Amino acid sequence: MGDTAERTAGETIIGIGTRKGLWLARSTDRRTWTVEGPHFLMSEVLSLLFDTRRDTPRLLVGFRSSHWGPSLQHSDDFGATWVEHPEGSIRFPEDTDTALKATWQLVADPHDPDVVWAGTEPQGLWRSADGGETFELNRGLWEHPHRPEWGEGFGGGAIHTVLPSPASPDHMLVAMSTGGVYNTRDGGQSWTPGNTGIHAYFQPHDEWPEFGQCVHKVVRDSATATRLYAQNHRGVYRSDDDGVTWTSIEAGLPTNFGMTALAHPTQGDTVWLVPIASDGERIPPAAELQVQRSDDAGAHWRTQHEGLPSPSYTNVLRDAAGLDTHDDPGLYLGTRNGEVYASLDGGESFDRVVEQLPDVLCVRAVTLR
Amino acid sequence: MTARVVLPGLLRDLAEGAAELPVELSADAPLAEVLDRAFEPWPILASRVRDERGQIRRHVNVFVDGEDAKRADGVQTRVSPTSTVHVINAVSGG
Repeated sequence: MGDTAERTAGETIIGIGTRKGLWLARSTDRRTWTVEGPHFLMSEVLSLLFDTRRDTPRLLVGFRSSHWGPSLQHSDDFGATWVEHPEGSIRFPEDTDTALKATWQLVADPHDPDVVWAGTEPQGLWRSADGGETFELNRGLWEHPHRPEWGEGFGGGAIHTVLPSPASPDHMLVAMSTGGVYNTRDGGQSWTPGNTGIHAYFQPHDEWPEFGQCVHKVVRDSATATRLYAQNHRGVYRSDDDGVTWTSIEAGLPTNFGMTALAHPTQGDTVWLVPIASDGERIPPAAELQVQRSDDAGAHWRTQHEGLPSPSYTNVLRDAAGLDTHDDPGLYLGTRNGEVYASLDGGESFDRVVEQLPDVLCVRAVTLR
Repeated sequence: MTARVVLPGLLRDLAEGAAELPVELSADAPLAEVLDRAFEPWPILASRVRDERGQIRRHVNVFVDGEDAKRADGVQTRVSPTSTVHVINAVSGG
């Protein structure tokens, strides 16, 4: 693999973060793939960002080694060389008496091309003003009085979803499990829970709490900035008020459990889920790996499974689904048994890109201009 | 006198290939100070062994003259001017 001169306009790259390293699948036609890697062998790659706002696109990777701890590195030549900040890009301030466990989310800001957001375990939101080289802790969320009551899902307590609003730099949504959704309307100085309407069946003393919900993933509609979709630990919801109140849209789905969600990058009201049978049976419904697609903001759902394995007892984790930036976007799913599937027709059919990787934790893709 | 900090093979690239790092000591010193001085030129190496609070990472073991520092006084374990400090990745993982 070479330097930036080898970048090819129109080339698509899938970043495949796994439990034991990062692989990059590259293609000029999105049908024939060359798989490169591993990078960061034996590290869990939990977060990826292809930052195409820069003159030279940058790949940011958040990973952790079970021995050597967390790290965040970036490459401006798609993996030929990596840069790690000597003091650590994300480092909890001394007064917090806290150590970083992992970076779970990396997101490009829609307003400022130098700003990158990170969500971490423990539950921290971080802002970088230098393209992801150094980050500053958001104190408003870190010092929130609810913090002592936020819980940990199986993966740990983390800010796993960061959604800056394209409508206003002062608006942002973050989500965690457990804890739920929190919103800011003042650029991150203060945060308010936004979980009204989200059921928390696992809290028998109060199944409709102000916070504490187990939100697995939230995505934003591409046409209506105040419309959001949330896949929860039991429950699928839509918000039409930028994440304040939520309405169930699970009618018509085979199951209300799952980890991931995707919104179509240009087509409003279009969303995909990857259902899991239940929290007690973490396999596909009827052992058929499938996608559920809605084109009307969750009013109706249909099953897409052509090309996906059946029977199948694997599933797709929270961030193991992504879309490229092609004008006709490709959809990519990574499975816990180390396969990646690609669809070039919005989920109507899938082809396998790669198999025999470690379990896939994170999938992101880019099509170069 | 010179204490020695011996690195595991997996970390040596972060110290330009060095297998061990010498630390000049005139008297006993806490392990934290010895590691700070040994790793001072290589902050990325330092971050692999200890977190930002200065604690030894969960799956890294540090032995001072054969004694596991986590079972002694942690990063306050005393290191003598003739000690050998071994940094070892724990026998764990999957």
